[in-house]
Amino acid sequence: MYVAVKGGEQAIRNAHCLLAHKRRGNTARPELSVTQIREQMFLGVARVMCEGALHDAELAALALKQAAGDTVEAIFLLRAYRATLPRFCASRPLDTGAMRIERRISATYKDIPGGQQLGATFDYTHRLLDFALLAEQEAPKPPESAPARADACPHIMALLAREGLVGEERARAENEPPPDITREPLAFPASRAERLQILARGDEGFLLALGYSTQRGYGRNHPFAGEIRVGKVDVWLEAEELGFCVPIGEIEISECEMVNQFTGSREVPPQFTRGYGLAFGSAERKAMAMALVDRALLAREYGEEASAPAQREEFVLAHCDSVEASGFLSHLKLPHYVDFQSELGLVRKLRRDRSRR
Amino acid sequence: MNTHEPPSPKALPPEIQARQQWMYTLAHADIADLLPFAAKLKAASHQFIRPPEIGMVLVRGRMGATGAPFNLGEMTVTRCVVRNDENCVGYSYIAGRDKTHAELAALADAHLQGARHRSWVRQIVESLDALRQSRQAEAARRLAGTRVDFFTLLRGENDAG
Repeated sequence: MYVAVKGGEQAIRNAHCLLAHKRRGNTARPELSVTQIREQMFLGVARVMCEGALHDAELAALALKQAAGDTVEAIFLLRAYRATLPRFCASRPLDTGAMRIERRISATYKDIPGGQQLGATFDYTHRLLDFALLAEQEAPKPPESAPARADACPHIMALLAREGLVGEERARAENEPPPDITREPLAFPASRAERLQILARGDEGFLLALGYSTQRGYGRNHPFAGEIRVGKVDVWLEAEELGFCVPIGEIEISECEMVNQFTGSREVPPQFTRGYGLAFGSAERKAMAMALVDRALLAREYGEEASAPAQREEFVLAHCDSVEASGFLSHLKLPHYVDFQSELGLVRKLRRDRSRR
Repeated sequence: MNTHEPPSPKALPPEIQARQQWMYTLAHADIADLLPFAAKLKAASHQFIRPPEIGMVLVRGRMGATGAPFNLGEMTVTRCVVRNDENCVGYSYIAGRDKTHAELAALADAHLQGARHRSWVRQIVESLDALRQSRQAEAARRLAGTRVDFFTLLRGENDAG
């Protein structure tokens, strides 16, 4: 039974005012600007854009400021804003092969066309706190540059696919737009397009843990990082009123292609399988975790036994969204006074009955 | 000018292809680079057919980079349509929420379709291209500094050992 509870308006108003006050902190210190967050906390911004499912660095930075650094809250804010905007149309599928590379590595081949380019990375740092950053300091010295080379950077997986060592990813039925989980409710079993859309906006921590579980043997499929690339890709859209494709600018994205253990059958000789991850911004951990989970969820398609948590589609897809998860968790904070009274009455009665026995 | 191919190049008439190239330049321009041209772009009378409007575009990727499309997420975009004094209609779709960028790009698109096409290309398109290319070249040089040069250590194969 639900009973309307009224009251507390003044307390709520004051609580929000207190939050704003606390968020601002000591007014003797300069206020954090949205531009500073966008430029100097760009990895946090990328995560908010990615899981907020809306690419807009300024809004993601604003959300982080408003949420006082609470990533899950910031993601919620961006999702809510997203729901207020009209959708003009869909883009042409991104051509990640034409990416302007900012980082590109492969753990499967040492020598790759286009080379291994580390870019700006935490890899190979010693993970020691840099106390120099505690002090207000001068700008770091500019990075050493080298003559740029114009070599093409083909996808590593394309090299394997050419030899038939891995299944080819081919586009079919282009006229049919992919299903959109924001417009049509999800039904199980889901298509891979739906799964990838959900994983792309899924919570990084959840996907990381699931990916990790596959590495530890729960749904083992032995991955190699075939290629990780981060960089800028052009976005084009089909403008109906113009009748041709229009370029609208570029976005930064991270892509991971995992090479996984073989499959094969009487008809098909053994070949590697693949998992795919794609994320807004510089977000390679997210892209890698997504690729592991994508591969795990392909269990049904490959006729594998789907016994591990990461392979169970309904479990993964229904629980990977932080907005849904934190929303349901938060509702526990709402008044349940009447519900609880009925439970309390029941437990008292059970105890009475027992003591009478 | 670099040519930028749309993702599925259909056989488009050359004037459309040329228009795609300048639209590319305008969309990829930094707003700070475009602002100095604002007065010039707005000098002649013009009217909005569609004032700058903020919305979203659903961004699609491909499974395994080359496979069937899927929806990655959305991005903000601002669009605008103007008619200039030569009766040319200019369109813009610009990533982000900068209404000024969308308005200036639509105006430039209108002017570039008019009689003074060559002069607009020289004044705006070429200078924006140069700025973008120099920024990209700088980024490429910095990236090249992080390129890994492997060297292999030979063990137990040399005669002296």
